[in-house]
Amino acid sequence: MRIFFFVIALLISYTSVQAQDMTALVTKVKAKLDQVNDYEADGNMKTDVSFIKAPIGKVKVYFKKPNKFRLKKEGGISLLPKGGVSVNMSTIITTSDFVALAAGEAVIDGFKTKIVKLLPTNEASEIVITTLYIDEPNLLVRKAITTTKENGTYEMQMSYGAFANFGLPQKVVFSFNTKDYKLPKGITLEFDDNEKPLSEAQKLKNKKGRVEITYSNYIVNKGIADSFFK
Amino acid sequence: MQQIVQVKGLTKQFKNLTAVNDLSFSVNEGDVYGFLGQNGAGKSTSIRMMLTLIEPTSGQIELFGMDLARNRREILRNVGAVIEKPDVYKYLSAYENLELFARLSGIKPTKKLLMDQLEMVGLAARANDRVKTFSQGMKQRLGIGIALVHNPQLIVLDEPTNGLDPQGIADIRNLILHLSRDLKKTIVVSSHLLSEIEQVATRVLIIDKGRKLVEGNATELFDPAQTIVELQTMDNVFALEQLKASPWSTYLQAQRNSAILLKLNRTEIPALHTALAAMQIQLLSLQPRHSLEDYFLQITSGNQHVDTYTN
Amino acid sequence: MWTLIQIELYKIFRRPRTYIAFIAVAALITIIQFGLKVDGKSYADFLMKDIGGTMEIDGNIINGYLICYIMLQLLLVHVPLLVALIAADMISGEANMGTLRLLISKPFSRTELLLAKFFASTVYTLLLLVWLAILALFLSMWIFGTGDMFLMKSSYVVLLSENDVFWRYAGAFVFAALAMVTVAALGFFLSIFAENSIGPIVATMSVIVFFTILSTLNIPIFNALKPYLFTTHMISWKEFFDIQVNDANEAIVGSIQNPQKIVNSALVLIIHIIGFVGGSIWIFNKKDVLS
Repeated sequence: MRIFFFVIALLISYTSVQAQDMTALVTKVKAKLDQVNDYEADGNMKTDVSFIKAPIGKVKVYFKKPNKFRLKKEGGISLLPKGGVSVNMSTIITTSDFVALAAGEAVIDGFKTKIVKLLPTNEASEIVITTLYIDEPNLLVRKAITTTKENGTYEMQMSYGAFANFGLPQKVVFSFNTKDYKLPKGITLEFDDNEKPLSEAQKLKNKKGRVEITYSNYIVNKGIADSFFK
Repeated sequence: MQQIVQVKGLTKQFKNLTAVNDLSFSVNEGDVYGFLGQNGAGKSTSIRMMLTLIEPTSGQIELFGMDLARNRREILRNVGAVIEKPDVYKYLSAYENLELFARLSGIKPTKKLLMDQLEMVGLAARANDRVKTFSQGMKQRLGIGIALVHNPQLIVLDEPTNGLDPQGIADIRNLILHLSRDLKKTIVVSSHLLSEIEQVATRVLIIDKGRKLVEGNATELFDPAQTIVELQTMDNVFALEQLKASPWSTYLQAQRNSAILLKLNRTEIPALHTALAAMQIQLLSLQPRHSLEDYFLQITSGNQHVDTYTN
Repeated sequence: MWTLIQIELYKIFRRPRTYIAFIAVAALITIIQFGLKVDGKSYADFLMKDIGGTMEIDGNIINGYLICYIMLQLLLVHVPLLVALIAADMISGEANMGTLRLLISKPFSRTELLLAKFFASTVYTLLLLVWLAILALFLSMWIFGTGDMFLMKSSYVVLLSENDVFWRYAGAFVFAALAMVTVAALGFFLSIFAENSIGPIVATMSVIVFFTILSTLNIPIFNALKPYLFTTHMISWKEFFDIQVNDANEAIVGSIQNPQKIVNSALVLIIHIIGFVGGSIWIFNKKDVLS
């Protein structure tokens, strides 16, 4: 037991040494994102969840500072990880009360990144911890892993294109864990009992869900009324 | 004279029951052919076989000189029928029923033809009323109208007076006579009542238990010379003695049901009456019947086996 | 033959009984529509609770397309009764009314009569389905609008793009028509044995209910029977609403997960129809009409 406390103490003291540095980096990234007051963009959304059969759909996303977000899918119905997609970069970093801890470095998509752990200081915050992989020279977040209180852990991987200077990604991949899905056949009125083909059965076992949105046509800072998000 | 119907060796076996047994008869053109027998004697089964409702076990039916099984369609186009109850579509009007069956019989009826037909059976005024509201007699007349609408050569009426009141029975009788005399139709009419057949038939067939008993011309079968008189008296023993001793003894027949039977010509009845009075026989009743009726009564009441009657 | 068909249709559509079915369908559908219009939100919430664990459904799932699916699912259990009401009465009703005697003595063959009658029952059945389509699909589309169609199956959910739905309904209704004509053929077949219409109507419904229960129960000994029950195949219209996915788990627009199953089920139903109608003709031609 004593050893355990010792390790903890060591860890805390070590990380607190670097904490100041990382806050500055995060603040810079935040400043870059803060250029964007609002945006809207077209996107293609692909849902890859074992128990969902959905086609690639056209979506329109809308954002307004500080944390208004809306995703509209053509045809009206979209299936999204719970609380996931609306957790975008800006909303994560908007939180000003955090402790940023350095946690090493990694290479993401060929870019060298710094790993930063963000811990909200506000007890009520929905986010428990966020790990950011920040591309320091470009001030872009390449990857983020967010653990929430209610909705589990999401991983977002971003690649950037024309709007990199606004910090707006060209493609976002959300990864998340899914639970089992099962409804009694009595409710769905499926009489037949034929098993799915093997390949499909294996696909269904894959419990990792993914939602990919590829953006195009960003319209930045043209102004969107608040009422639009209601 | 053309034979319209020719039936040879017709037999129908239902499981354990031989409904019609080796029946042969023929109907000539212009006949009103009375088909007589008790209920269950095989009349309906025979008629249904003539209309292809029932398939014969054996035997042959020819209509208009053609084999019924092979030329069904051609033959039936020329036949009109009322089979037992005159059932039609109750939710349709008389006019609609008539039109429907006319078309089923292979003709394209005009409004005039249909109205004329309804006029003939006395339903013109009710043409557009639903059959649901009709009395039994009206339905029967509509049934006959349907049987006639396509102007068939042969008309088959199975028990057409069943369930009718006396006026209805008289109407049907008159209609049959009209069809026969004025329109020259050949008619097969069945009944279990001799009195009905007697008044319209030109030829008569009597069947019992699926077998033919009698076939003959009505004029012969209903010959007045063959009248049976049934006497009921206060004292039959005395009356019989008196009669045996008189010239009337030659007319005496066997006694039946405590009645004295005499067979004589219808014209002799007044003289018999006078003679009975002269012999001081106290008469309760005197009932003349022709011999066929007497015979028919025997088979329908007695049910004992009777050898084929010939006249 | 054409005359016979015309007359049979005329008889069907002059009877008050015929319209009971149309009124019943209209009443059921409008009640469901009214209910969903008023209380659709809570129904949707109920539906979404199950998937809500990890995934969120954004948007209005209660649209005309989903409602039509729900109604087909509910009504295709009841429509057989309405079909049987007419089809199982075709011969037995005439026998009961006494008109069969007269009909048989008319100059056309019994085979022609039966074919005309079956054709007329088929027309009635198809009209009933067209009526169902007008109310359940088009009216719902008009009241609730269209959109993507979200369906929950027992082990997965399906999201169909708005523009990938209508043709599936066209297919589903054609298939449902085939299923209902099978019911009509069964009722028709049973109607030649009876001289009142209640018997065959009840018998038809009993067969369907009994088979459907066997089809629904998931009991091993019955499972072997299922492929041979026509009721199992009657619900294959749902296959139109299952979509194929590619290796990347993307649904392929315009595809059907199991088209072979639809074809097989359709063949099974067609064989039943031919069997029932053929059997009716064979037996009826030998039957003595004693009614």
